[in-house]
Amino acid sequence: MSDTHAQTVAFVRETQIPPAPPPASETGVVKWLRENLFSNAANSALTIAALAVIYMVLQNTLPWILNGVWTTSSLAECREILQGKTGACFSVLTERWNQLLYGFKYPSDAYWRPNLALVLLLFAAAPVLFFDLPRKLLIFTAIYPFLAFWLIWGGTLMVPVVALLGFAAAAAVFQTFSKSSFAIAFFGAIAAAFAVWILGGLLIPEGASENAWLAPVPSRDLGGFMLNLMLGVTCVSLSLPLGIALALGRQSDMPLIKWMCVIFIEFVRGVPLITLLFVASVMLAYFFPPESTVDLFLRVVIMITMFSAAYIAEVIRGGLAALPKGQYEAADSLGLDYAQAMRLIILPQALKISIPGIVNVAVGLFKDTTLVSVISMFDLVGMIRGPILASTEWNGVYWELLGFAALLFFVVCYGISQYSQWLERRLATDHR
Amino acid sequence: MSELMSDREIDRSKMQVSDEVAIEISNMNKWYGSFHVLRDINLTVNQGERIVIAGPSGSGKSTLIRCLNALEEHQQGRIVVDGTELSNDLKNIDKIRSEVGMVFQHFNLFPHLTILENCTLAPIWVRKTPKKEAEERAMHFLEKVKIPEQADKYPGQLSGGQQQRVAIARSLCMMPRIMLFDEPTSALDPEMIKEVLDTMIELAEEGMTMLCVTHEMGFARQVANRVIFMDAGQIVEQNEPEEFFNNPKSDRTKLFLSQILGH
Repeated sequence: MSDTHAQTVAFVRETQIPPAPPPASETGVVKWLRENLFSNAANSALTIAALAVIYMVLQNTLPWILNGVWTTSSLAECREILQGKTGACFSVLTERWNQLLYGFKYPSDAYWRPNLALVLLLFAAAPVLFFDLPRKLLIFTAIYPFLAFWLIWGGTLMVPVVALLGFAAAAAVFQTFSKSSFAIAFFGAIAAAFAVWILGGLLIPEGASENAWLAPVPSRDLGGFMLNLMLGVTCVSLSLPLGIALALGRQSDMPLIKWMCVIFIEFVRGVPLITLLFVASVMLAYFFPPESTVDLFLRVVIMITMFSAAYIAEVIRGGLAALPKGQYEAADSLGLDYAQAMRLIILPQALKISIPGIVNVAVGLFKDTTLVSVISMFDLVGMIRGPILASTEWNGVYWELLGFAALLFFVVCYGISQYSQWLERRLATDHR
Repeated sequence: MSELMSDREIDRSKMQVSDEVAIEISNMNKWYGSFHVLRDINLTVNQGERIVIAGPSGSGKSTLIRCLNALEEHQQGRIVVDGTELSNDLKNIDKIRSEVGMVFQHFNLFPHLTILENCTLAPIWVRKTPKKEAEERAMHFLEKVKIPEQADKYPGQLSGGQQQRVAIARSLCMMPRIMLFDEPTSALDPEMIKEVLDTMIELAEEGMTMLCVTHEMGFARQVANRVIFMDAGQIVEQNEPEEFFNNPKSDRTKLFLSQILGH
């Protein structure tokens, strides 16, 4: 019963061939190895060399990590336990855990406050980051900054409430007048906000914070990775709108606005962040009246925000320039005014193009928050370089501490990068 | 420069030219820097007229119709559109733009919005039409240009001819009194040109006032009630299509026609 009848041209199949598994060289691990690691002699050599390097790295680091000591209270005790063997002294992390996360002055009975603020941050950020969620959740996002301020700094609830009322008044005034004239609405809103803040400031009694439900914590006492996160989140969320405004201002037809934006961007970009931070910590005090002590945290936030806003503005300008002129013309020809055209047509497309650049700036900004250690704020790096390494117990534990700091930053930055890639896929509508 | 003719009989019952003036241009001049692009243009268009503007490239025909909704600024003379004078007053410009629809050579659909959103955006934000009503009207016009089934797709998923028909529907959703077409078929493949021209013919049959910059002389013969020939920024000749094609007066027109029609 052979399949082919050699003598005849006509052919009728009489038996079905049962499906057979492919040869072992064409499936699974073997195929993958052949295609990806050993496709030719040069690649095989590279694979073997890479394996050798990986082996050597692991050979030296794995014992160090696995022999790690987690429970001692000083480096000397670590060395006693290790008896000359290689091994890490991770006990510095467990022993100084709270200092690494919150700094050394934040009251330990109040650690739940920043923790709660961090959890709530996830809820507040969710509707902004994932815009398929119901839009009503944005109400919580709007309240969150004031809530977080109250939780972290403590003191009387009046302060954040008055601040919130000021913004609410500004929004209300802007809504009322925006139909008649943008200028009146804009300046009216600013005036209304300041009126509420000044009036509210008079209403808050002197020393209201002394025996408030949440004990007040001065900015000087903030520290650790908490400080990095606070600076990072605040500055990114402030510098994005400011960057958009600067980018649009730089494209403006009005020469005054255009040149103000150009000078701001070029000046700030041309100056190292560290000098701006020194200005914030030392010089800025001279510009404010002597009795008004503008908070150091606020001064640093202003400087970092300005710095990254200038970069974000240039990234967005690139996105704006990439849009074809026809998009502006189509928006104009349909009768959309400037604000509508920007908000509905131009910015959604320009921002989409700019996502990789903006994320680049955001990641850079977040890592740059460690520079505040230079102006003696005790962020994660500041804590490591200052109080922890200077202490007699832990003097000399570099790898463990800095490795831990690197790991924390890597986790957050990698998360940001993954989010941006998801966002790009989610927004892809061009189907090219 | 094909002379594509629609194969169907054109219904002329509603193609009425009224006495009401839709557009009036008087002594209009425009310069790009020191280059004089439009020279002393005088043109009156009545409600219901279908005008085809022809001419060699660089003759200023696109610039002329782009001046009518202030995409380009003119430096001298008067343009009155639908009773409103075009001046530097932004309110007037926005009013005119919402009354005048425009279709571009490269469609200029908004790629980040679906077809339906492209059509409802301006009615909702400029005319303050309720969303539901705007969507119903958008579907009505999408049916008219024969692509209602594409409403939830994005422009990038459509062919060129389909995109241009969406662009026409998008303009119609604003209920314009005048439609401007800036070389609507120049970026299209031959078989797509026909579907767009058919849509434009239907629009003409309903009595829409149309100004159309195009090289489609078949369309001009069939639909236009006036053909304007421009060269070097000036109106050289204008006439009814029959006269214009069979009996051109100026040498420049004769040369142009022999170049695009004679083979």
